[in-house]
Amino acid sequence: MKEHEIVDDLNLAYLEEARGKKAQGKDVPAEAGEDFKLIGQPTARIDGRLIVTGRAKFTNDLTLMNMLHAKILRSPFASAEIVSMDLSQAQNLPGVKAVIKLKEGRVKYEGEQVAAVAAISEKTAEEALQLIKVDYKILPHVVRPEKAVEEGAPQIHDSANVEKFNEYSRGDVDKGFAEAEVVLERTYKTAVEIHQTAETHASIAKLDEDRLTVWDSTQAAFSVRDGLARTLGIPTSKVRVIKTYMGGGFGSKLGLNEHTVVAARLAKETGRPVKIVLNRRENSLCVGNRPSTSITIKGGAKKDGTLVCLSMKNYTCGGVGRGDRCSEPLIDIYKCPNVKVEEYTVYTNTGASRPTRAPGHVQGTFALEGFLDELADELGLDPLELRRKNYSSANQGETGIPYSSKGLNKCYELGAAKIGWERRNKKPGEGGGKIRRGLGVASQIWWGAGVPGTLADIKIHRDGSVEVICGTQDIGCGTRTYIATIAAETLGLKPEDIAVKIGDTVYPWAPSSGGSQTTPSVAPAVRDAALKAAERLKQLVSTTLNIPASRIVLAGKKLFDKENPDVSVTFQDAAKELRREAVFHGERSDLPAGFAYNSFGAHFAEVEVDTETGQIRVAKVVAVHDVGRVINRLTAESQVVGGITQGVSTALFEERLIDDNTGQMVNPNLQGYKISTSMDIPEIVPIFVDLIDPRINNLGTKGLGEPPRIPISAAVANAVYNAIGIHLREIPMTPDKVLKALQGKEANS
Amino acid sequence: MEKTSKKRKKTFTRRAFLKGLGGSAAGTALASKFLRRGLAAPPQEMEAAPVHSQKTVTFSVNGRTVSLEVEPRETLLDVLRQKLNLTGTKKTCDRGECGSCTVLLDGQPVYSCLYPAIRVEGKTVTTIEGLAYGDELHPVQQAFIDKDGYQCGFCTPGFIMSSVALLNRNQKPTFPEIKTALSGNLCRCGNYVKIYEAVRTASERMRKA
Ligand code: FES
Ligand code: FES
Repeated sequence: MKEHEIVDDLNLAYLEEARGKKAQGKDVPAEAGEDFKLIGQPTARIDGRLIVTGRAKFTNDLTLMNMLHAKILRSPFASAEIVSMDLSQAQNLPGVKAVIKLKEGRVKYEGEQVAAVAAISEKTAEEALQLIKVDYKILPHVVRPEKAVEEGAPQIHDSANVEKFNEYSRGDVDKGFAEAEVVLERTYKTAVEIHQTAETHASIAKLDEDRLTVWDSTQAAFSVRDGLARTLGIPTSKVRVIKTYMGGGFGSKLGLNEHTVVAARLAKETGRPVKIVLNRRENSLCVGNRPSTSITIKGGAKKDGTLVCLSMKNYTCGGVGRGDRCSEPLIDIYKCPNVKVEEYTVYTNTGASRPTRAPGHVQGTFALEGFLDELADELGLDPLELRRKNYSSANQGETGIPYSSKGLNKCYELGAAKIGWERRNKKPGEGGGKIRRGLGVASQIWWGAGVPGTLADIKIHRDGSVEVICGTQDIGCGTRTYIATIAAETLGLKPEDIAVKIGDTVYPWAPSSGGSQTTPSVAPAVRDAALKAAERLKQLVSTTLNIPASRIVLAGKKLFDKENPDVSVTFQDAAKELRREAVFHGERSDLPAGFAYNSFGAHFAEVEVDTETGQIRVAKVVAVHDVGRVINRLTAESQVVGGITQGVSTALFEERLIDDNTGQMVNPNLQGYKISTSMDIPEIVPIFVDLIDPRINNLGTKGLGEPPRIPISAAVANAVYNAIGIHLREIPMTPDKVLKALQGKEANS
Repeated sequence: MEKTSKKRKKTFTRRAFLKGLGGSAAGTALASKFLRRGLAAPPQEMEAAPVHSQKTVTFSVNGRTVSLEVEPRETLLDVLRQKLNLTGTKKTCDRGECGSCTVLLDGQPVYSCLYPAIRVEGKTVTTIEGLAYGDELHPVQQAFIDKDGYQCGFCTPGFIMSSVALLNRNQKPTFPEIKTALSGNLCRCGNYVKIYEAVRTASERMRKA
C-alpha cells in the first residue's frame, strides 16, 4: 500500500501542501521520507541470534563474583498486626549473611514484605525464611470492592475506602437527556488482571564504595535510578541502572520496585552483590495488577443515532493502590456535546495496582464500546454506522483541538471489508443452531506521541563503524532493531553495520518504556542524530569531491553525487575525514502546539459461541491501526498479534480469584490463573493505514504498544452479543456466564 | 566443577569444597575496608551452608559428558542454570505450568523444572545452547528469527525446544498438530501466531534440505 493513498480529510490538505513545497525544492518534514528503503519494511531483529541461542542475558542469568541471593518473607494475611518478629534463628543458619526487618505494625495485603534474608544460595535463603518467627494478630479484612464500600467495612487506609479521584464535565447532561429520543443505562464490569510476565521480576545490586550499580528487569532504567537515589538518600550521580534483556513487563516493571530497594539494602549490609529473583507466586501477589472496574454508562441519542449526552460513573479497585482512570475514551473519541464523568477508587486488602498495558483504556473501552452496540440495537442501527455517525475530527468529542492526524475512518473501511461486515447478524442473536456465530467491532484511541527531549547519540569511528547510544530499553518491541534501521537508512548503511548500545543510565536519557512512548521518543532522536551525522559527512566530502553538499547522497555504504553517481567516496573513507571519532547528539523535538496527538484503530472480531458448553471461540480478528509511519513492519505486526492475544485472554479467561474468607489469592500461579495458550488463538490480520502524521515528529510515527491491546476485549464481547443476542457486560466471559445468560434469555422468551 | 572426581565424592560435601575455596573468597572480602556486620564471621565459615546429602550424577549435556554432585531436592533446571551456567533454559513458573524450561531428554521434551536432577544419570540432555553447529543455526532457530517468533524472547528457548522435538518426530506437521505440540508452552507476549509461522517455515526448509 502506498503511504499517501490513504489519508483522512483532515490530513489531505496538509500533505498536498507539503508535496507542493517539496516539488519546489523546499524543506518538508516527514513526507520527505517517501524514498525510504529500510524504514517501513519488515526487518528481522538484529539481536535474533542471541535470543534463539539462549545467549541473551536476562537479569537472572547474570552472576557476579561473591554474589549473595536474597529472599523476602511476605505476609500470608490480608490484614494483620505484626506483634513480634524473631530473626535470630534465621541469622544463625550457616550460609546466611544478613536478615533484615522490612515491616513493623500493620500489614495490609497478602504478599506485603515483612523481612528479608541474604544468603549464599537461593535455597539457603529460602530455608532461612522459614526460620523467621513472626507473631501476627489477625485483623478483619475486606477483599471485594462491593463489600469495601459498605458501612462498617474494615478500613484500609486512614481515609475512607471510597475516594473520588476524577471528574469531568462539558455541556449540560441534563439538557442532553431532555433532548434525547432514546436513553439507555448499562453497567459493565471487568475483573482484576495480573501481568504475569514470563520473566519474574529480578534485580542485582552491587555497591562499590559509595556507588550503587543495579541490574534490573525493568521497563524504566532512569526512573529506577531516580527512585533508588531518592529512597536511599544518595545522589542520582552515584546510581547506575543497567537493563539487559527483560522478559515482559506490560507495566508491571515500570518504576522502582520494593524488592530492588531490599537488594540494595542487603548489598550495603553485607558488602557483597545481592541478587533477588521473585517467584511466580510473588509475581501474582505483589508487583501489580490491572484494577477491576464497574462502569455505569447512561447515554442518550437522537433516533438517527446522533449522540447527545453521555454520563459515566466508575468504581474501580486497585487493592491498597489506586484504581484506573477509565473515562478517556468516552470523553474523547466520539462527537458528543454533553458529557459528565465521575470516577471513584475503592480500596481493599489486596496488592496494589500498577499500570497494565493500556491502563484504564482497556476497561473504559470495554464499557463504552459495549454500550454503543447496545444503543445501536435499541436504535435499530448498524453498530459501525453509529460510530461513523458520531465521528469527530477534534478531541474532547469535537469540542477540543483538532487531531494532528486521524485515520480511524480508514480503519473502519478496511476492517469492515476484510472481515466481511455484511455477514454479521443484522439483529443480535438472530442466527440459530448449537454454534452461534457473530461479528463485533470496537474503536480505539490512545496517546503515544512520545516525549520531547529524548536523547540519542551517534558515534562514528575513524574506521567507519557506527554506534547508536541511547539509554532506552528494548522490552521486546524490537527497539534495538529499529534504532539500527533508522541509523542505517539515514547513513546509507545496513542495520547490521550499526552497533546499538541501550539499556543503561550512563547513556543519554530516554523515557520509561510504557504508554507506547518508546518509538515516538527514541526513533526521532536517532533520526535527528543520524541526520546531523550525515550532514557533517556531506560537508566534508563536498570539499573532497568538489561538489555542493546538497548534491551528495548517502546510500550503499557510499557518499555520491546524485547527478553523477560515479563520483563517490566510500562511507569508510568519508569517516576518516572526521579525523577522530565523532559524536552527534540527537534530540526528539517539541510537539507543535494546537493539535491533539493520538493513535487510532478498530478491531473486528468473529466468534463462535457453543450454546451447549458455553465456550467462546474467537475465530478471526482483523485489526486496523493508525499509528503513523510504521518503522519495522515485522515487529509492528508482532505488537498487534501480541495485543490481540492478550486481549482475547482478558475477554475469555483472566481473573484474579481471592477467597473472601481468608483474604488470600486462590490462583497465584499459571495453572489457576488462565492465560491464552496456543490452542486459543484466532486468525489475526494486522493492517496499518500508513497515514504519516505531518507534525508529530521527524518520522511521522506514533506509538504502537497499547493500541492493539485496547479494543480487542470489547470487540470480542460485542461479537458474542451479535452471536447470542445478549451482552454479557462482564469479562472474563467464562462458560458459566454464557450459559447463565442463555438460560435467562430462554426463561424470558 | 563439572568433573568432580568419583573417588572423592564419598566424603566430599559442598561445605568442604567451599572451605577449600575459602581463601580466595575471603581474601576479596577482607581486602575491603568497608566490612559490614554480615562479613565479620571468620573466613572459613563464610561460605558454610546447611549440609544436605548429595549424589554424583553423570550425564551428557549438549554433547559433553559431565559429572557433578547434586542434592535430591535439586531440579535439572537448577543444575543446568546454576551449576553448569547454561542459563538459556528459563524459569517462569518452576512448577510445570509454562514450558519455559523445556529441554530434550533423550530426544523427548521435558519440563526441566519438574525433573529431579538425580534422575538424569546416564541420560542425554540437549538445551537451547546445544542446537546450533557453531555459527550455523538449527533451522528452527533461523525460522524464529526470520518470522519474528518472539517478542521479549524469554519463552523462546522453551518454544524452540518443543518445536525441534515436534519436527524430529513429525517432519510435516499439520497446523493443528503444531498448535497441539506447542500447547505446553506459554508465551505471555502472545506471539503464538508468529511462532506457528516459524515452525511451518522450519518444517518446509528441513524437508527441502
Ligand atoms: S518453569 Fe518449568 S514449566 Fe514453567
Ligand atoms: S516472547 Fe515474551 S513470553 Fe513469549
